[in-house]
Amino acid sequence: MNRHMIPLAVFAALLLLFWVGLGLNPKVIPSALIGKEAPKFELPELHDPQKMVNNEMLKGQVTIFNAFASWCISCRQEHHQLLKLQREGFYLVGLNYKDERQDALMYLRQLGGDPYAMIAYDYKGDVGIEWGVSATPETFVVDKKGIVRYKHTGPLYREVIENELIPLIRKLEQES
Amino acid sequence: MKVIVGIFMVMSFLISSSAYALKAGVPLEFENAEQEALYNDMLHELRCTVCQNQSIAGSNAPLADDLRGHLYKMVGEGAGEADIKKFMVDRYGEFVLYRPNFDPSTYLLWVGPFLLLLLGGIVLRLNVRSRSKINSSSDLTAEESELLANHLDSKEEKK
Repeated sequence: MNRHMIPLAVFAALLLLFWVGLGLNPKVIPSALIGKEAPKFELPELHDPQKMVNNEMLKGQVTIFNAFASWCISCRQEHHQLLKLQREGFYLVGLNYKDERQDALMYLRQLGGDPYAMIAYDYKGDVGIEWGVSATPETFVVDKKGIVRYKHTGPLYREVIENELIPLIRKLEQES
Repeated sequence: MKVIVGIFMVMSFLISSSAYALKAGVPLEFENAEQEALYNDMLHELRCTVCQNQSIAGSNAPLADDLRGHLYKMVGEGAGEADIKKFMVDRYGEFVLYRPNFDPSTYLLWVGPFLLLLLGGIVLRLNVRSRSKINSSSDLTAEESELLANHLDSKEEKK
């Protein structure tokens, strides 16, 4: 090889490395939970503190488990997508993360409704830690047996829902 | 005056740097010195996953506060370093450790700098060797030596 080609090759390799490396989103942390059973928890329901929500309730159907909070700006961006998913018949369970009950209820009213079948009210954020939540919104898919199969960090948008979320859920629904 | 300001700044810095051991202004209490040392060590070993370039010691994010609370509780219950790391890695993944474990996914991370150093060393050696060849092959012919001598002489005379 021509020795003048060497610096060029090194430059090209660096360019490729930076192109890929800097293109990655550092906020996306691979979840340690994928393939594992959903963490155990038991929390009061947001609307009705007398009722309890626990991890057993995620089993039996494919569940979209979504951590949100009224103080979280990007949760507002994805809210209409969640409402759409609910209209399409998907089963959503919410985790209201480190929020005031009144604020969360107001938030749901203001943004056009409550897309969740039930909402676990995690005032202290302990259950958030169990799920490895670092920044809301975070969305998990839990299969019928209660195994976490997918995680999306950040607001859900159409491409992710149509290309990843829905195909995965359809596939998981086929499993017994 | 400058000295006083300097002392004041250093002191306020020292005070603020120990503030992480406090929660809501109340000093934490430990059963023994080992527990306290473990708590302080782990504060710097664990990454705050929200503000990714800070350990949970230095971060004011609410999550860091919660993780400090969890850490304090675990230390109080007698958990060891391995237990604490496992708890965090199980939830937040390897990323939560500032010094990730040495396993196949991190081999390149740990060994990479030394590989680069080795590569640099090899390139340097090859370079030096090829240059020393240039020197050794630069013996002058008789004609060239004469020319050089004449040239030097003429310079001497000018002085």
